[in-house]
Amino acid sequence: MSVAGPTGWVGRSIRRLEDPALIAGRGRFTADLPAAHRVRFVRSQHAAGRIANIATPPGVLVITAADLKDVKPIRPMLHKFDYVPIGQPVLATDRVRFVGEAIAAVVAADEAAAEDAADAVEVEIAPADAVIDAQAALADGAPRVHDEVAGNVIVKGLIETPEFAAARAGADRLVRVALRSGRQNATPLETRGGHAAYDPTSGRVTLTCATQTPHLTRTAIADLLGLPEAQLRVIAPDVGGGFGQKMSLPPEYVLLVWLARKLQSSVAWSEDRRENLIAAFHSRDQHITLEGGFDRDGKLVSLSADVTANIGAYSCFPTTCAVEPLMAMAELPGPYDVRGYRCSARGVLTHTCPMAPYRGVSRPVITCAIERLMDRAAASFGMEPSELRRRNLIDRFPYVSATGLTFDEASYIETMELAVKHIDLAQFRARQKQARNEVRYLGIGFCTFSERTGYGTPAFAARGMEITPGWETVEIVIDPSGFVEARIGSSPHGQGLRTTLAQIIADEIGVEPRLIRVVHGDTDRTPYGFGTFASRSLVIAGGASLLAARKVRVKLAKIAGHLLEASADDIVLEAGVAKVAGTDRALPIESLARAAYHQLHRFRDEIEPGIAESATYDPPGTFANACHVAIVEVDPETGRVTLEKFLAAEDAGRIINPMIVDGQIHGGIAQGIANALLEEIVYDATGNVLTTTLADFLPPTAREIPPIELHHLETMSEATITRAKGVGEGGAIGAPAAVLNAVNDAIAPFGAEINEMPATPRRIRAALRAAEKRP
Amino acid sequence: MLGEYAAEDGRILAGGQSLVPTMAFRLAKPAHLIDINGIAALEKLNVENGSLSIGACVRHAAFHRPALAGPLGALLTTVVHHIAHYPIRLRGTFCGSLAHADPASEWCLVAATVGADITAISTRGTRTIAAADFFAGIMTTALAEDELLARVNLPVLSRDTRFGFCEFSRRAGDYAIAMTLATLRLEGGAIVDPRVGVGGAEAFPRRIPEAEAALAGRAPNEAVLRAAADAAAHAIDPLEDIQADAAYRRDLVRAMTRRALARACA
Ligand SMILES: Cc1cc2nc3c(=O)[nH]c(=O)nc-3n(C[C@H](O)[C@H](O)[C@H](O)COP(=O)(O)OP(=O)(O)OC[C@H]3O[C@@H](n4cnc5c(N)ncnc54)[C@H](O)[C@@H]3O)c2cc1C
Repeated sequence: MSVAGPTGWVGRSIRRLEDPALIAGRGRFTADLPAAHRVRFVRSQHAAGRIANIATPPGVLVITAADLKDVKPIRPMLHKFDYVPIGQPVLATDRVRFVGEAIAAVVAADEAAAEDAADAVEVEIAPADAVIDAQAALADGAPRVHDEVAGNVIVKGLIETPEFAAARAGADRLVRVALRSGRQNATPLETRGGHAAYDPTSGRVTLTCATQTPHLTRTAIADLLGLPEAQLRVIAPDVGGGFGQKMSLPPEYVLLVWLARKLQSSVAWSEDRRENLIAAFHSRDQHITLEGGFDRDGKLVSLSADVTANIGAYSCFPTTCAVEPLMAMAELPGPYDVRGYRCSARGVLTHTCPMAPYRGVSRPVITCAIERLMDRAAASFGMEPSELRRRNLIDRFPYVSATGLTFDEASYIETMELAVKHIDLAQFRARQKQARNEVRYLGIGFCTFSERTGYGTPAFAARGMEITPGWETVEIVIDPSGFVEARIGSSPHGQGLRTTLAQIIADEIGVEPRLIRVVHGDTDRTPYGFGTFASRSLVIAGGASLLAARKVRVKLAKIAGHLLEASADDIVLEAGVAKVAGTDRALPIESLARAAYHQLHRFRDEIEPGIAESATYDPPGTFANACHVAIVEVDPETGRVTLEKFLAAEDAGRIINPMIVDGQIHGGIAQGIANALLEEIVYDATGNVLTTTLADFLPPTAREIPPIELHHLETMSEATITRAKGVGEGGAIGAPAAVLNAVNDAIAPFGAEINEMPATPRRIRAALRAAEKRP
Repeated sequence: MLGEYAAEDGRILAGGQSLVPTMAFRLAKPAHLIDINGIAALEKLNVENGSLSIGACVRHAAFHRPALAGPLGALLTTVVHHIAHYPIRLRGTFCGSLAHADPASEWCLVAATVGADITAISTRGTRTIAAADFFAGIMTTALAEDELLARVNLPVLSRDTRFGFCEFSRRAGDYAIAMTLATLRLEGGAIVDPRVGVGGAEAFPRRIPEAEAALAGRAPNEAVLRAAADAAAHAIDPLEDIQADAAYRRDLVRAMTRRALARACA
């Protein structure tokens, strides 16, 4: 792509093409589809136990595991790191392993009848001892969640670089931090849900569902039911947010397809919020202890970490539950230059809801851990936190990290300098001092981080994943009327990809974005692809779009060259027209398309009929980066944290659509703030979820989110062909650390410290009460 | 109708902002709902014989602007903005809040603090219950199943009454984890007729005599207000839940009480 495309759509904040329908209430979501039957799941009220009996009310169709003998359990696979494969039955067979696990499916004519019938199903469970906390699950003699997994450790990794021991021994000082992150739920506005319809003519089933991964969903369900994939079509219609929760396979969707085939009819399930909070995938819940060795100048020379990830009762498909601990191990050093590194990471089974990726995946927690370490070290050196970071951030590229990752060109120091400048650090420190004299406690927190995005095949293969989702394919088709359609394997659900991909394509083929329809989320209509997650779609599907558009461009030029009797090299495509450069000879793209389909004889066998080009892109991966800053005030009497301001200076390479990038960062920051201060799934000691409504599990409202100021740098890294890096997760990765550091800065005069997320007012008060020192 | 259906699990439906969510969670499954919306006689909001009379269909939103001149009107307007969110305030009712008796209901705190009279009617007759005798526990009141809470009367506060309200909740619009409403007068530099009500912290809102005793007759200085706040924090029997353990609830009651008193004395 040339730096400014021929018509220059890239880089412009054009309005999102997906919005008019959504804003007018004409979106089409899974729950909008009528179905002959509604399904309600009966769920376990015990965290652990044996199913003794299931008594079903007369006259109601109730499906249990006994009916599903021909359905395989979900058994995601990883080939490294001592991973022990475990199976998750679609409906619990003899044992239950978490509160909320589906035991039976009740089928009725409507939702209300299904709920009544589900209430009438009596499940008798002989309860067994449950382990809820990862530390408890690791204790000697702890009950095993799965018989085949001794000690409940399902995956473990250990890495130690040759330089580690000597570097640690030679360190001037060792700084430690132990960080705990509570458990969260991604809480998409639309909960999960599926609609499976049987077509008696073809015998096929169409599953319409709230998913981020339609093709993988088809693969998984076809495998589990023993069907050829061709017998199944998966559609992701409008999807109301996913954040990772909708990238993992819900057992419920498997049941729906099985049931549609059995009944030869249509069946639907809409998850309610309570089910979502107890039984849709959870996330975070990690415990990290870190020790950093620093030389006399504050340079980090050694880093050692111990990561314990509570992964819940089952392993999620397709990534497996290893995604959290292994990503922690590979990426914990973040953007800091350190050669001596040691990390041990474990995934631990407990009798809790299974964990799955959630925006940021592990990095919100590891970033918070290392950023707390940096702040503690800065305090120990009596240095500004930003100064200590300046001494440690990577500034040579490409940089190969201690764990073997190649960092492409980025702007770690530059974004931090930009943030320090715009937040006016010196002025803040003066204000903070003044406020303390007035018994008010302000704090500032920085977070500098890297966000690995656009993971290609090798990145996932390094983890030994059976399914390595690296590449994406895009097919661009121009129909005889000249209308452009781009069919993509990615599956956007709020990211604005229909707009941004159209912008990329527009610049290549000289057609306005609004005349380019990006088709996604239908396995019958799109090339195989992995979906939208891991900040990958703009990088990977965007790269594939660019490659396919270039092919289309070449073909259009060739056709135009023929028709206009000029060399293809002299053809310029812009504003929907192909013209011979420097002349007024021109043809609209529509005429080129007509000719390609209907007048093939004019091209003397030199072109294939029609206009349809396809390309695949599989990048090495690229690191976006940012510096986040939070300013807070802590009320020491109540522990309340008020966010005064949030600022982020970020660099995601070339920005395709600034408005969309800002939106991604705003949303991520809001979720990061929620991580740091508000949202927590709480279990009691026996494994009941205590946070089953949005009055207990607390997503922020607009009132809890401060003004957010954004600044952008655009490092044109060679790592991707569009020069764009991913930006989907950064907001959520950086915000927790910035907020937690700010809270700690505010309460430092009390000698108090908090290293637990969410830093709730109760926990902050407890930390203050515990601190002996008073200001 | 209530008399007829109460025995068969009939329930009043007022604003529906507590009852309907409870039904959606299947925690309540009333066999009959008696909708009182639209009964004009229950919509009355007026001052009679020195008290503000609030009928069963008066919505929270009726207090967005002062319903009467003077401190009581101002107090109600200050408090109402802490109740839930705007759309909920358009439907939820003052009397429904009292009948529902959530420990963290702002209106229950107001009723307990200023000393409301609560009028219940049934086919058996009409009776008036003092707020101090009305609340019996978490979501339990002195109302019988067949009684309609017809109206609540709040005594009009004298012109020189001062008030202060302070509430702590996790997010804007959430139920309070602790809140304090204080009313008092100042005479010759001393606190007179102090009333200190605490809500959200115990099974039901109530006045805290220990805190009031620490104030009565004393000068409204920092030390006195702190002593009263400490007294309130000690006096309560705190609820414990995932948001707050006992120690934290006491911390909050101390902070809310001191701030409410400071506002009242400002
Ligand atoms: C998201 C949310 C947040 C909220 N936050 C708050 C808050 O911060 N503070 C707060 O105080 N409230 C809050 N509420 C509750 C709200 O204020 C309700 O309106 C109020 O509790 C009940 O009033 P209602 O008129 O809606 O009663 P309904 O929901 O109609 O009834 C509640 C109960 O009282 C009974 N009842 C109602 N009226 C009468 C009557 N006249 N006689 C006899 N029985 C009667 C009903 O039978 C039922 O059992 C919140 C509600 C929601 C949904």
